[in-house]
Amino acid sequence: MDLYKLTIEQAAAKLKAKEITSVELTKSILDRIEKVDGQVKAFLFIDREGALAQAKEADKRLATEKDGPILLGVPVAVKDNICTKGVPTTCASKILNGFVPPYDATVIKALKGEGAVIVGKTNLDEFAMGSSTENSEKQVTGNPWDLKRVPGGSSGGSAASVAADEAIGAIGSDTGGSIRQPAAFCGVVGLKPTYGLVSRYGLVAFASSLDQIGPLTKNVTDAAIMLQAITGHDTSDSTSLEYQPPNYLDSLKKGIKGLKFGIPKELFGEGCQDEIRDSIQNMIKLIESLGGEVAETSLSTFEYALPAYYIIAPAEASSNLSRFDGVRYGHRAKDAEGMIDSYKKTRAEGFGSEVKRRIMLGTYALTAGYYDAYYGQAQKVRTLIIKDFTDAFEKFDLLISPTTPTTAFEIGAKTDDPLQMYLSDVCTIPSNLAGIPAISIPVGLAGGLPVGLQIMGKHFDESTILSAARALEKEVDFKITPELAG
Amino acid sequence: MSISKEEVEHIALLARLELSETEKELFARQLDQILEHAGKIEELDTKGVEPTAHALPVVNVFREDKVGKELDLEAALANAPDREDDSFGVPKI
Repeated sequence: MDLYKLTIEQAAAKLKAKEITSVELTKSILDRIEKVDGQVKAFLFIDREGALAQAKEADKRLATEKDGPILLGVPVAVKDNICTKGVPTTCASKILNGFVPPYDATVIKALKGEGAVIVGKTNLDEFAMGSSTENSEKQVTGNPWDLKRVPGGSSGGSAASVAADEAIGAIGSDTGGSIRQPAAFCGVVGLKPTYGLVSRYGLVAFASSLDQIGPLTKNVTDAAIMLQAITGHDTSDSTSLEYQPPNYLDSLKKGIKGLKFGIPKELFGEGCQDEIRDSIQNMIKLIESLGGEVAETSLSTFEYALPAYYIIAPAEASSNLSRFDGVRYGHRAKDAEGMIDSYKKTRAEGFGSEVKRRIMLGTYALTAGYYDAYYGQAQKVRTLIIKDFTDAFEKFDLLISPTTPTTAFEIGAKTDDPLQMYLSDVCTIPSNLAGIPAISIPVGLAGGLPVGLQIMGKHFDESTILSAARALEKEVDFKITPELAG
Repeated sequence: MSISKEEVEHIALLARLELSETEKELFARQLDQILEHAGKIEELDTKGVEPTAHALPVVNVFREDKVGKELDLEAALANAPDREDDSFGVPKI
């Protein structure tokens, strides 16, 4: 049997039953990476030595711990904007060339504590800014379903690694859809938790009020397992909330019966592919057949979410990225004349085009004279979007929509037109602005490419999202079967 | 609305970015396009609406000002492009 094909749940069962060892499983994954990553290019760094050492440790624990953590001995991949002690962390940017973090992000500490094996760091759009992973300064990742197409982004490497069986599960980050959109494009499950549920300490900040770390997995059960492992209050992140999470695995059993689903019609707007609309219609019928109620609703402020996001996110980014100045870490330009010149040249050489564009945009939106018209107004729009959600959640338990208006597009199709690229996040952005949790699950294929269904819930109601997602997943029975040569 | 080359140069200086002539032209055009799209938010009536900086109600988080176990000097300096003794080395200010 090909061990790399296992889900977290299956792998954990085999490890605990001593049918396999973590070293065997990890070797299987590393061999799989060696075989297919030349085509997929999901990884920026493969930590063969470190992974095997961690696997050996896990096997020791498996031999002695009777009821060890579920992730004990399971190989996972990590997006390369999350700090890993002693392992390069580049954000797919030249400006972090050579940077080796002296500490682990809180989520990495949590994963290591559980005994998960970290096999490597995955590709992303530089500093997580993008929707296709083409903005990586390192390499272009292919979608395992069609290598000529993008895997989505910005967690494209994490999504592709899971779809191509190069990791049993993965961790990504989501600022405007960066977990859910690539999950949809690659036919895997991607969950963005409630803002503040998972610590952001050690996640290289893009837009601090929107960023959230979450899992990308082969199925909903695995997402619940990974979420449980990384959730928890952290004093190192002042926006991390004191909240006692429920047992997410238990909540998977609740099903759909009696749940009320709302469909915001604004998320089915023009630009939504017919096949995607059909796929979602089928899901509506399925929900009804399982005893759920579905009704259309209108959240009129949603059409302002994308423009508000493209003020707020760049504004926060322009401030966050000022730390990359070539003083304490990363690239520094040679032959600069004085300090200011050193900053300017370092940043000009170190940042790629999309990052520069967003820094410029954000700086502009924050300058005196434009602040009120752009940033101030965008923050007020954010208040109205949150109110729209709050009102909707008085009537509905969950909201559903397509995760993306189209299936995965071809590499190069949108690189010259930033606005077109931004539009692929139109369905995912509102949840980031409101800080609510949302999942994308694969619900079918259109033209041979995966289609994602997005399910959004109330703050901290990951349980209901997961239970509905699991109920649908059981019926849909989506198979991750990209045809990869090799 | 249209952003001039001078404005782009001013913003680039504030952002500490050296831009080529080609980039200046490209960004002037693209920022125009993006801001025109973003300008849609002006349509919404937001009179009396409070701005949201944070989606969830988080208030100030305080803790005791105690010295914890932090990075030691060598670890903190290990990634520095240049160092002088126990400090980061930088070009002349």
